[in-house]
Amino acid sequence: MAQASGLDPLVDGEDERPKWDNKLQYLLSCIGFAVGLGNIWRFPYLCQTYGGGAFLIPYLIALVFEGIPLFYIELAIGQRLRKGSIGVWTSISPYLGGVGLGCFSVSFIVCLYYNTVLVWVLWFLLNSFQDPLPWSTCPLNLNRTGFVQECQGSGTVSYFWYRQTLNITADISNSGTIQWQLFLCLVACWTVVYLCVIRGIESTGKVIYFTALFPYLVLTIFLIRGLTLPGATEGLTYLFTPKMQILQNPRVWLDAATQIFFSLSLAFGGHIAFASYNPPRNNCEKDAVTIALVNSMTSLYASITIFSIMGFKATNDYGRCLDRNILSLINEFDFPEQSIPRDEYPTVLMHLNATQPERVARLPLKTCHLDDFLDKSASGPGLAFIVFTEAVLHMPGAPAWSVLFFGMLFTLGLSSMFGNMEGVITPLLDMGVLPRGIPKEAMTGLVCLVCFLSAMCFTLQSGSYWLEIFDNFAASLNLIIFAFLEVVGVIYVYGMKRSSSPQGRRSCTRAGCRSSACSCPSCPPCGSQELLWFSYCPSTDRGGRTHNWREVQ
Amino acid sequence: MLWPLFFLVTAIHAELCHPDAENAFKVRLSIRTALGDKAYVWDTNEEYLFRAMVAFSMRKVPSREATEISHVLLCNVTQRVSFWFVVTDPSRNHTLPAVEVQSAIRMNRNRINNAFFLNDRTLEFLRIPSTLAPPMDPSVPIWIIVFGVIFCIVIVATALLVLSGIRHRRRNNKGLPGLDDAEDKCENTITVENGIPCDPLDTKGGHINDGFLTEDERLTPL
Repeated sequence: MAQASGLDPLVDGEDERPKWDNKLQYLLSCIGFAVGLGNIWRFPYLCQTYGGGAFLIPYLIALVFEGIPLFYIELAIGQRLRKGSIGVWTSISPYLGGVGLGCFSVSFIVCLYYNTVLVWVLWFLLNSFQDPLPWSTCPLNLNRTGFVQECQGSGTVSYFWYRQTLNITADISNSGTIQWQLFLCLVACWTVVYLCVIRGIESTGKVIYFTALFPYLVLTIFLIRGLTLPGATEGLTYLFTPKMQILQNPRVWLDAATQIFFSLSLAFGGHIAFASYNPPRNNCEKDAVTIALVNSMTSLYASITIFSIMGFKATNDYGRCLDRNILSLINEFDFPEQSIPRDEYPTVLMHLNATQPERVARLPLKTCHLDDFLDKSASGPGLAFIVFTEAVLHMPGAPAWSVLFFGMLFTLGLSSMFGNMEGVITPLLDMGVLPRGIPKEAMTGLVCLVCFLSAMCFTLQSGSYWLEIFDNFAASLNLIIFAFLEVVGVIYVYGMKRSSSPQGRRSCTRAGCRSSACSCPSCPPCGSQELLWFSYCPSTDRGGRTHNWREVQ
Repeated sequence: MLWPLFFLVTAIHAELCHPDAENAFKVRLSIRTALGDKAYVWDTNEEYLFRAMVAFSMRKVPSREATEISHVLLCNVTQRVSFWFVVTDPSRNHTLPAVEVQSAIRMNRNRINNAFFLNDRTLEFLRIPSTLAPPMDPSVPIWIIVFGVIFCIVIVATALLVLSGIRHRRRNNKGLPGLDDAEDKCENTITVENGIPCDPLDTKGGHINDGFLTEDERLTPL
């Protein structure tokens, strides 16, 4: 009868909710949100530290048993309940509204400091439009006889990062002043973000085509370039040589689970917000699997690119180390120029050590091993702003590569920012915080303004210390707790039967007991989850009807 | 009879110019590094040119205009192409102070480098620091220019979007005021029965939570 009347209660009254123009926009937005800076600078580091190819085993296991089910839950409830994070959890149970509020707060805090990283990326991008690059040389000292002492000690790139960009103070208690160059970049970044989220998904949906796809283009260009550079193969073999015995270390499994959790940007509320704009009949199970797989493939792709370039850098540094030693020998013993090739250096050194050991001992010779240079891994901002910028310096046509690299980082971060901002804006719009007369543009402008004013503290000289604190404490533990509560809320409170589809009707979720079984025991903090599931599953026939709060008329 | 004179001169030369002598400087050239295939061979003619350049530099010093090429002594030339040199005074008995030689070379470093197609890194005077050329410093840093361009584009785009939104809303408001008035009139009347307004009775019965509603629950089954 419901079909005959033609009324679909799920769509009734929801026409005013914005919609995605097409499925591709939605997929690209979720992919853009999931694929972020962590895919570039966290995953390759983990791969390298935890035994290369062997790390893929715990990573894939975590993806299948933890990442995809959690992601699926988020997309499902967002699409089904058609509200942002606060609205969704308040719908499931008023007592669970706090989970939504928590997700909203974490999204807000992450917005602040994530955009600060974009500020740094923008600063480097703006400085890349010159030849030679400003971080290739030290500035001169006062009487112009040499370089600044601090720069000579630390290296040109570190000096540019710590002194000319951050102007960092000794510790966090010493705040220093606002760095006006970072402040200007902060203004620009928040203006760009406002421009993109000004009308919610109507505006981000247009921009996402560029910001989600451009990084893949640049990664491909870098991959092709990186594979043709000398030393790329050393980097790749070093990265992917599996060391299976490292899997016995439980830390590896924990880090794999943590990485997949944060890589998919779970428990932020952003995916719930994106899914809430979907038509109710959308197959979110397929979406969840697709997006999670694309995210993991991107991590792998990026790590191949990064490591071919790191291999090149290591080979380059190793060659320069050898050349410095050879030059010291030639200068000391007055051999003709270029008379010692790199291959013969060890034999020559041995010979000289035997004949004139005291003169050799006085020389500042360093031991050069290629493995030492390959071992110098870095993760996080250190990889992007110090290690990679140095690698780019030695590539022919350095400014172009630098522009491409930082452009890619900027678009990657921007597409993740859209998800974070939607996690903040959609609940506010759903709750109707501002009166209806005020347009959406004003609301998003207000949010961006508040975020901008709050983020000004990160442009202080001690800003990067504050950012580290935020990064370590704001997100990690909170998100895991929220995800745990999400699973409990959906499976136990909302009821698994509601999550499963009535027979014969293709609906949002096709999850039966089986898929929920996957999600329950595998979440890292969910030891007790198993217990809950085993106690609840047999009682799904009741449909959980006693748990809803609809008053019976 | 000239031979004793020759030996005397050589002896004095050896005394004044030897490695680590007083007021002596070591010079090191890296010709092949600088020029690659076009590297020239270092021979006595090149040495003569070097001595000429040093003498030229010394002649620029106010009190030393009488310096000749023969006053510049070279010794210990190695295959590296490194050697020591001193500058003697006209009497050839003692060498000029290192400070004077140092400042003279520093003032004319560029001319000396160019004579040999080398630069500060490939023609090294040990213990004579060179004055480094200042880096190219444009009056306006390039990043500010790029920033200005990008920021202007962003501001213009934002303003356009905001204005188009305002115009769209104004057009909508102008199109629909007639309909809105009619709806308002209907909503404002509240039916009253026995002194009790009807509206609260309708909404008091409970709030339907769509989240827990599936389609077949809306209508009771037969």
